[in-house]
Amino acid sequence: MALSKNDIAKRIAQELRSGYYVNLGIGIPTLVANHIPKNIAIEFQSENGILGMGPFPKEGSEDADLINAGKQTITALPGASFFDSALSFGMIRGRHIDLTVLGAMEVSETGDIANWKIPGKLVKGMGGAMDLVSSAENIIVAMMHTDPKGASKLKTKCSLPLTGVKCVKRIVTNLAVIDIVAEGFLLKERAPDVTLEEIKEATEGNLIIPAEVPVVKL
Amino acid sequence: MIRKKVDTVTQALEGIQSGMTIMLGGFGLCGIPENLISALAQSSHKNFTCISANVGVDDFGLGLLFNQKKIKTMIGSYVGENEEFERQMLSKEIDVILTPMGTLAEKCRAAKVGIPAFFTPAGFGTEVAEGKEIRAFNGKQYLLETAYQADFSLVKAWKGDETGNLIFKGTARNFNPLMCGAATITVAEVEELVPPGALDPNEIHTPGIFVDRIFQGEQYEKRIERRTVKYP
Repeated sequence: MALSKNDIAKRIAQELRSGYYVNLGIGIPTLVANHIPKNIAIEFQSENGILGMGPFPKEGSEDADLINAGKQTITALPGASFFDSALSFGMIRGRHIDLTVLGAMEVSETGDIANWKIPGKLVKGMGGAMDLVSSAENIIVAMMHTDPKGASKLKTKCSLPLTGVKCVKRIVTNLAVIDIVAEGFLLKERAPDVTLEEIKEATEGNLIIPAEVPVVKL
Repeated sequence: MIRKKVDTVTQALEGIQSGMTIMLGGFGLCGIPENLISALAQSSHKNFTCISANVGVDDFGLGLLFNQKKIKTMIGSYVGENEEFERQMLSKEIDVILTPMGTLAEKCRAAKVGIPAFFTPAGFGTEVAEGKEIRAFNGKQYLLETAYQADFSLVKAWKGDETGNLIFKGTARNFNPLMCGAATITVAEVEELVPPGALDPNEIHTPGIFVDRIFQGEQYEKRIERRTVKYP
């Protein structure tokens, strides 16, 4: 069975370590916050200017002056701080953020990522994504393995305008956990009951299949 | 003591002309200069170049300026939430320059603090880097970005005093302090304007030297773009 979006987030949450400052992108990455392992101390940064971001507020205590990068109302946890956007991206470019999780339209076998524009169709803008991927040392992409039409999102080369080059280290999809290595996509784990053949078929770029591929543990 | 207080939004916008470049603070609808935007939308001036992280929604924020066709060129970063903007962009009625958000912030800050240009890794290897100088430092590639040049900065703060000192609240700070002093004239609107001495100097986020005019906004809607709550 392929992983749900929630399962993808749950698997990524296993990468969290105590002491990490973490930036979560919009979409599946946001769900990672729901699966923080117990006894782990981490803080979430939102690039619009908060460190120590908490869960959504209780109904009636929403504050228009307190939102995340997805424009959703949030709360500030004890120990939180607010800052301007230049300092916020200073944290990002200055490599003070330990883990960045973001979504993507395409990832190439060399670690390039595209997630901000479909020429002639959709222009959302890059927002903070280019700053994040150009600087972060630890970038995990959370996405579906194929697009709604069934085309692979793990490409030999990205066809859409790039957000960043040679930056993605790991991809967690509904089918597999994959690392980017010099030779291409290295299959690390597969979703329960998903065959290697299915993963290979859904991957356009060069997929390296080691002798043993364990099943994702959730 | 130098006083920056003006009484009306009309006085605050004195000198604005068609074709000027205007910076506007805010992220989404959070921390936007609501009163100044409304006044600008109702003014007779147009063909503005606007610099702002986002483009508002259809009927609020910068959306009010797009609806009145006031903007000729939009310099922003994330624009996914306004259909009228999207229509004007796709039909090429307006020029749009999309910029990585951290670069946009730093281009404001650079203008504010007298730095003409800086190198950043954001956008290297992408279409953002086209036509820009690339240089390697310590084995990593960076592109040269220049400071903005603008005529007016329109910002919003939580509290301010008559000398122009500002305090922001929560994530409504965002681009506002960076735009103060980044244009020829900086106008700040505040929810609460107090006499000099009423704010603790230890808690000032933006010193009054970066602000030319300050006034208390008549009213604030402070609309929430995505109300999300925790279900019990």
